[in-house]
Amino acid sequence: MSIETTQHGQQGVVTAPAHDHHEAHHAHHHEESFISKYVFSQDHKMIAKQFLITGMIWAIIGGLFSVLFRLQLGYPEMTFPFLEDIFGKWAAGGRITNEFYYALVTMHGTILVFFVLTAGLSGTFANLLIPLQIGARDMASPFLNMLSYWFFFLASVIMFASLFIQTGPAAGGWTIYPPLSALGQASEGSKLGMDFWLVSMAMFIVSSLLGGLNYISTILNMRTKGMSMTRVPLTVWAIFFTAVLGVLSFPVLLSGAILLLFDRNLGTSFYLSDIVVKGEILPNEGGSAILFQHLFWFLGHPEVYIILLPAMGMVSEVMSVNARKPIFGYLAMVGSMFAICLLAFLVWAHHMFVTGLNPFLGAFFVLLTLLIAVPSAIKVFNWLTTLWRGNLRFTPPMLFAIGFVSLFISGGLTGIFLGNSTLDLHLHDTYFVVAHFHIVMGVASFFGMFAGVYHWFPKMYGRFMNNTMAYIHFWVTFIGAYLIFWPMHYSGLAGMPRRYTDYSNWESFKQFAEMNRFISTVAMVVFAVQLLFVFNFFYSIWKGRKVTSQNPWGSNTLEWTTPVNPGHGNWPGEIPEVHRWAYDYGKDGREYISQVEPIGEGESKH
Amino acid sequence: MAEVMNVQRKKIHPHKFTLWVAIGSIIMMFAGLTSAFIVKRSQPNWAMLEIPRVFWVSTLVILASSVTIQLAVKYFRERNMDRYRSMLTTTAVLGFIFLVLQVIGFMQYRSMDIRLVGAGSNASFSFVLAIAGLHGLHVIGGVIALAIIAIRSNSTRRRNYSPVPVEVAATYWHFVDILWIYLILFFNWMK
Repeated sequence: MSIETTQHGQQGVVTAPAHDHHEAHHAHHHEESFISKYVFSQDHKMIAKQFLITGMIWAIIGGLFSVLFRLQLGYPEMTFPFLEDIFGKWAAGGRITNEFYYALVTMHGTILVFFVLTAGLSGTFANLLIPLQIGARDMASPFLNMLSYWFFFLASVIMFASLFIQTGPAAGGWTIYPPLSALGQASEGSKLGMDFWLVSMAMFIVSSLLGGLNYISTILNMRTKGMSMTRVPLTVWAIFFTAVLGVLSFPVLLSGAILLLFDRNLGTSFYLSDIVVKGEILPNEGGSAILFQHLFWFLGHPEVYIILLPAMGMVSEVMSVNARKPIFGYLAMVGSMFAICLLAFLVWAHHMFVTGLNPFLGAFFVLLTLLIAVPSAIKVFNWLTTLWRGNLRFTPPMLFAIGFVSLFISGGLTGIFLGNSTLDLHLHDTYFVVAHFHIVMGVASFFGMFAGVYHWFPKMYGRFMNNTMAYIHFWVTFIGAYLIFWPMHYSGLAGMPRRYTDYSNWESFKQFAEMNRFISTVAMVVFAVQLLFVFNFFYSIWKGRKVTSQNPWGSNTLEWTTPVNPGHGNWPGEIPEVHRWAYDYGKDGREYISQVEPIGEGESKH
Repeated sequence: MAEVMNVQRKKIHPHKFTLWVAIGSIIMMFAGLTSAFIVKRSQPNWAMLEIPRVFWVSTLVILASSVTIQLAVKYFRERNMDRYRSMLTTTAVLGFIFLVLQVIGFMQYRSMDIRLVGAGSNASFSFVLAIAGLHGLHVIGGVIALAIIAIRSNSTRRRNYSPVPVEVAATYWHFVDILWIYLILFFNWMK
């Protein structure tokens, strides 16, 4: 660091040659090599792109896995010889084997929850938007930020390698409950693949923690002059709460995973007791498998908000910009996110109602779970009132933002069903749960992410994405998502369980055979349309329509005061000073007033 | 009022702030582990915990190292670089001794006829290995950080007048010290 501010706020002394030049927050350009610009970059914008593109590759893999197992579910009586050509013994006779099916489901969940919707979503937009929207040259520690990406990359490599192990990748569900996951002799997927899974996740957790520390520290310490916490855009607030959740809950998952590694490799009995595998009595005694569930869900529940909150923040921002109206209830939005963040830590046991949890204790978790409906309803109300009588521009990001609200409502309502322990006893581990979390957490967060990608693509690459392809992408995905997941509510209510390869021998579920085929067909169409999005993304990087104006969306926030293609350091001159909040749209007869514009005569301060 | 708070907050260096958040994160990890221990304790087949005596010696060592790192910070501020370097090195050495004592402690279990891992191990003792072992990893991280700072302070090519790195290291060092004291008291209480 060339100039360091000491704790007393004075300028420190200039230190020797440009060591640590990554923190040289100067606007002057110096030639960067290919490696330092594109590979080991410490520019937050480049790191954001690295996270996004890695996340997209993972999304394609994870999505493809769902197409494969939907093929098996939709057409249980058919054989697909090409599968055997590709997967060999895993698809013997052209049918996906039970072991392989479970591995596919497990990897689909792991990849999409952690690698796409955690790293790909918050990694991308936290990195891109925090410095740009709060007015900073870069993150508090660009070096840690770079490490965060490379730990994610390492986790990705390990997880990807696990797909090619002879005994297959981890299988046992993305929640990897012991004892199944703790005992190699229990299933193929609990052998080497599970060790890879655990090591990969440990790397992933390190990545998330390094990233999260940096996000919090940057948001609280590096805001430009005038940018008080009540003036930052809601995206930044959302990312802040996300980072707090991650920093406090991921270490607990790490503890749980370390104990599981002990049980697997060192013969301890944290989670194991009185187990017989294939006629062999194991010596482990005194362990508790439920202990793992407590540790897992203490992360696992905040994790769903880690996924959802950034999407909520981006939707708020995109919606306000495209409705040309201030966001309704800014402080209520912040307050409700805080409430969600707090409640996220107090509801984990609602995933465990059927584990023999004391019903009296369960009642408290029911109450706390249902309390989440209050901040969620506040947010929905505020989004709808932001749209109300707005001057709506139906750009692709706006459509995805509105789609997000629709999905959040439909998926959220079924959460009220599942939050009640009495109903959950019946619905637990059925397709109702699958429908619920896919709509409210999976697809909704994807919509937030798409809104973000379409909205900030011009800032990332200086070009626009193609609108026609974007509209096709939106409508097919939106309708398709409902067509896939809505019917699952019915089969779930009828008691159809998750995690089975074949329901055709089951008299009571034969009625759903056609519905299953329908779902599988739609899933393939929706997957194909996601490839259209990927094509649009890469095509537009090089061939998209060029952005000619600094502020193409007419937005108030600071990222649009930078040059069209900002360099490392973001602003060529001084960082602008902020005089107002981010949501002065349609004020005093003006369409929008940028945050950098000073308060006018007779105008009240905000 | 808001203005004053703004100025005050700016006084904390971002790296120090990051460390504090990281400390919060590490606390959550050990809170998870020790609460797992409590949950586990109420279940059948739980052996009474025993702590090797050498753990109390290592407690004294890590306490002493907290004093030396604080002296190092003091000498740095006084620009007394020779004493600063010697205190820094002493701290790193004490940290290393602490780690060696911890390993000796784990070995003493064998002479007490208690297995920490493998067949016949009881989770109450495996927990000691897992928790104290993870704490040890954090101490190793601290020793490495101190070593890097010590090597840098010996470099003639580069002079550094910023107290931030050593202050960050000192805060972290005090934290792992307090964390160990918490853990040893926790184990002692769980006996």
